Amino acid sequence: MSEYAQPQVLVSTKWVEEHKGDANVRIVEVDVDTKAYEEGHVPGAIAWSWQTQLCDTVQRDILPKAGFERLLGSSGIENGTTVVLYGDNNNWFAAWAFWQLKIYGHGDVRLMNGGRKKWIEEERELTRDAPRAAPKTYRAKDPDLSIRSFLPEVRKAVAGRAVELVDVRSPQEFTGEILAPPGLPETCQRGGHIPGAKSITWSKACNEDGTFKSRDELARLYREAGITGSKPVIAYCRIGERSSHSWFVLKYLLGFKDVRNYDGSWTEWGNLVGAPVEKP
Amino acid sequence: MKPEEYSRRQQQVGRWAINIVSYRLGDRYYCTVDNVEPGARIARGEGATREEAERSAIEKATARLAKTRVVS
Repeated sequence: MSEYAQPQVLVSTKWVEEHKGDANVRIVEVDVDTKAYEEGHVPGAIAWSWQTQLCDTVQRDILPKAGFERLLGSSGIENGTTVVLYGDNNNWFAAWAFWQLKIYGHGDVRLMNGGRKKWIEEERELTRDAPRAAPKTYRAKDPDLSIRSFLPEVRKAVAGRAVELVDVRSPQEFTGEILAPPGLPETCQRGGHIPGAKSITWSKACNEDGTFKSRDELARLYREAGITGSKPVIAYCRIGERSSHSWFVLKYLLGFKDVRNYDGSWTEWGNLVGAPVEKP
Repeated sequence: MKPEEYSRRQQQVGRWAINIVSYRLGDRYYCTVDNVEPGARIARGEGATREEAERSAIEKATARLAKTRVVS
C-alpha cells in the first residue's frame, strides 16, 4: 500500500494520546460552535468556533491577517508550534482551520485522523477542563492565495474548461433536489451545480470510523471520476468546509500540485444572478 | 472521565436517514444526531438516561428535517 504524499500532516488518536502533554504541541478542537467541546474534549485541547473565531464576522471572509495573528497568539501558539486539529462532523471544520493555517503559512499543522468521532468511539479520556494558554506573539505570513479560489477565477476557469472542478456535496444537493443538507437551513436560491463539476461526495474519502481511506483507494476514487490533477483542481461544497476536507485529501494525501478550495462555494454561486447552473 | 456505553445506530425519519450516537459521560448521557448524507450534525440531546438524551435529540432533528424542501 502506498504511503500518503505528505503523511506527516496526519496523526492518529493514539499519537495524540501520547503527545497531548508535549510543550510544543497545541491541540485544538474546531467545531461550527463550541457546544461539543463544552460537553467533553481531548485533555489539553482548546476550542475554536468556526462561526465566531475562524471567520470574519462582519464581511464573509476568512480571518484577516491581524485577526489570525491575534487568534493564534491568544491560543498560546507560536510560529514553531505543532498544531493538531480535530473536530466533529468528521473533521470538516478542522480541515477548514487547517486550510486557513496554511493560507497564513503555518509550518507544522496536522489533523487527528478520524476526529472527535473516532476519539469517542475508542472511549478515550475526555475532560471539561479548559486549559489556560499563556499568550504568545504570532507572526503570520502574507496569505498564500494559491490554495484559495475566488468567484472571478472560478467563472473564468469554468468558461474555459481550464480546471477540474469537484463538487463534494451530497448527490441530492448536486442534482438540485435539495438546497441544503437535510435539517440545515437553505442558503441559496437555486439548486444544481457549477457546469462541468464532477460529483465526488467528501465522505467517499473516509472509512466508517472517519479515518481517511488509503492512498490507493483515494487515487482510484478520483481517477474513476476523471479527476487526475492534470489541470488545476478546484473543490467546492456549500460553504467551503466540506471542500476543505476534500482539498486536504487531494493536496496532502494524494499530492496533487495545484488544488484550491472555493470557499464561496454553492452559497455564492447558487445565489448569483445569471450564473450558469447545470442540473442533470 | 471516559465515554462509556457507546452506541451508534441508523434510523429513518421520513425520507431521511439519520445516525444516532449516544454515550454516557460521568452521570449524564449525551446524544448527537447527524444526517447520514452528507453527515452533518443536526441535533444534540442530553439527559439522565440514554432514552431521555436520544428522545431530546431525535425530536429536535425531526423538527429540523421536516423543514427540508425537496424541490424537484
